[in-house]
Amino acid sequence: MSLTTADVKRIAYLARIEIGETEAQATLDKLTGILGLIEQLQAVDTSGVEPMSHAQEVTQRLREDIVTETDQRALFQSIAPAVEDGLYLVPKVIES
Amino acid sequence: MIDSSLKQMAAALASKRISSVELTQLFLDRIDRLNPRINAFITVDPERSLTQAKAADVRIARGDAGPLTGIPIAHKDIFCAKGWRTTCGSRMLDNFIAPYDAHVISQFDQAGAVNLGKTNMDEFAMGSSNETSYFGVVRNPWDLARVPGGSSGGSAAAVAARMAPAATGTDTGGSMRQPASLCGLSGLKPTYGICSRYGMIAFASSLDQAGPMAKSAEDLAWMMNVMAGFDARDSTSLERAKEDYTRDLDRPLAGLKIGLPKEYFADGLSDGVARVVQEAIDQYRKLGAHTVEISLPNTRLSIPVYYVLAPAEASSNLSRYDGVRYGYRAPEYSDLADMYCKTRAQGFGAEVKRRILIGTYVLSAGYYDAYYLQAQKIRRLIAQDFVEAFKKCDVIMGPAAPGTAFKIGEKAHDPVAMYLEDLYTIAVNLAGLPGMSIPAGFSDGLPVGLQIIGNYFSEARMLGIGHQYQQVTDWHTRMPEGIA
Repeated sequence: MSLTTADVKRIAYLARIEIGETEAQATLDKLTGILGLIEQLQAVDTSGVEPMSHAQEVTQRLREDIVTETDQRALFQSIAPAVEDGLYLVPKVIES
Repeated sequence: MIDSSLKQMAAALASKRISSVELTQLFLDRIDRLNPRINAFITVDPERSLTQAKAADVRIARGDAGPLTGIPIAHKDIFCAKGWRTTCGSRMLDNFIAPYDAHVISQFDQAGAVNLGKTNMDEFAMGSSNETSYFGVVRNPWDLARVPGGSSGGSAAAVAARMAPAATGTDTGGSMRQPASLCGLSGLKPTYGICSRYGMIAFASSLDQAGPMAKSAEDLAWMMNVMAGFDARDSTSLERAKEDYTRDLDRPLAGLKIGLPKEYFADGLSDGVARVVQEAIDQYRKLGAHTVEISLPNTRLSIPVYYVLAPAEASSNLSRYDGVRYGYRAPEYSDLADMYCKTRAQGFGAEVKRRILIGTYVLSAGYYDAYYLQAQKIRRLIAQDFVEAFKKCDVIMGPAAPGTAFKIGEKAHDPVAMYLEDLYTIAVNLAGLPGMSIPAGFSDGLPVGLQIIGNYFSEARMLGIGHQYQQVTDWHTRMPEGIA
């Protein structure tokens, strides 16, 4: 599977990372090397093998449905780039 | 005092030969003097450290000190510590003051240990040389022109240069064992789920595990007694009874069966490392252990499997850095999407971006089954290799890294060459097993580590196996020349 710079730009947009033309070309070379490394997985026969998503075969714990966290909104928002009246500020997304 | 074990430091504190404030100041002075050359620390906050030291002295005077009370410990900058700047080696978190403590940090706080500072690391723990840190490369105390390994390179260099008695680290694919090997230290990656990941900045959650880095196996055991333990806030934390990790330190090795994987002594291993590792294994035979050849046939697949799974998990974990709630935000942008794109383009370094892109690609429509699912299936085959191997032996031994510390810049522009550094460590993370590296000698004046891989939950036994070796060798006591 060979990538093109157009693929790199599309993937970068999916990941929401801005990428310029020169950077896309340099990234393409590096990604091609890494994908070459990964390619050898295709030759392995894995029929009948269950995927392993986790190191331990454990199931999710459940807890009582009770409030355990305290309100720390002011503390958490004190490190945000932009807040106002307890709300996080981002550029306007709805046209008026 | 700087060469003392944690046990000796605890005894000196208990007998009032030294106070925690004096001990902490001693290491702060060394950081002040040596860090400009080595760059092992990103953040040092003497006032905060000394406040904790004073509290520890009060606790010691009251007679309610625990084993680590008053002992300064450095923490990898991946652990959130309330009120401390916590960067994860990234511009993205350059301005991030953690509003809460990681479980590992609160365990040390409760034990009365002193937070000595936050150590440098590869950005978001992605790297094997510490060259991807936004805060600059860390230099190996054994040769300042060489890397300390990574990603826990700052912690390794700090302990190797005796700027800290011990440090915490994390290991996703070898990030404690490889720097421990390259810096002449002992480092233990516990069984997945032993130390809580709460407040430990996520890279690849199914592989990330915290652990201790120190001079000796005995020190690691003392650290583990504090770090390990169930924490309900980490959904993968294992509910197990409290263990004493020092319990097997004095257990003799007679009859121990050591498995030697033939794949770990094949192509790719440098001659110098092979010689040192063989000598260490000979020493184990003298201590009464037997060796048996084993096979881990899927070893060569562990790197490609890892470079599908870890980036896939990373691309998901790192989507949280959006410039909205904390961390970096680009100064200029046209709209919301542009704000995300510019924030992430400017906030992440090249290697982190590469891994996010690889992860995004292997998870994208049309490629998921071929890459991600296939990698998860081979992950099971790799884990199964170890199940078979442990039917024939008690522990597995081999090299921790294929070579010694390499020159700064030597592999920085070739990601695939850098990834091969983790050839002997990655499979252990994929299987979720415990792995350790201990100093085993030198090749051309540079330290070489012996890797010891145990079965699940066999940390105490592994630490004993390391300790018995360290009773008859002195590699772990060696200190880099020129770092007085």
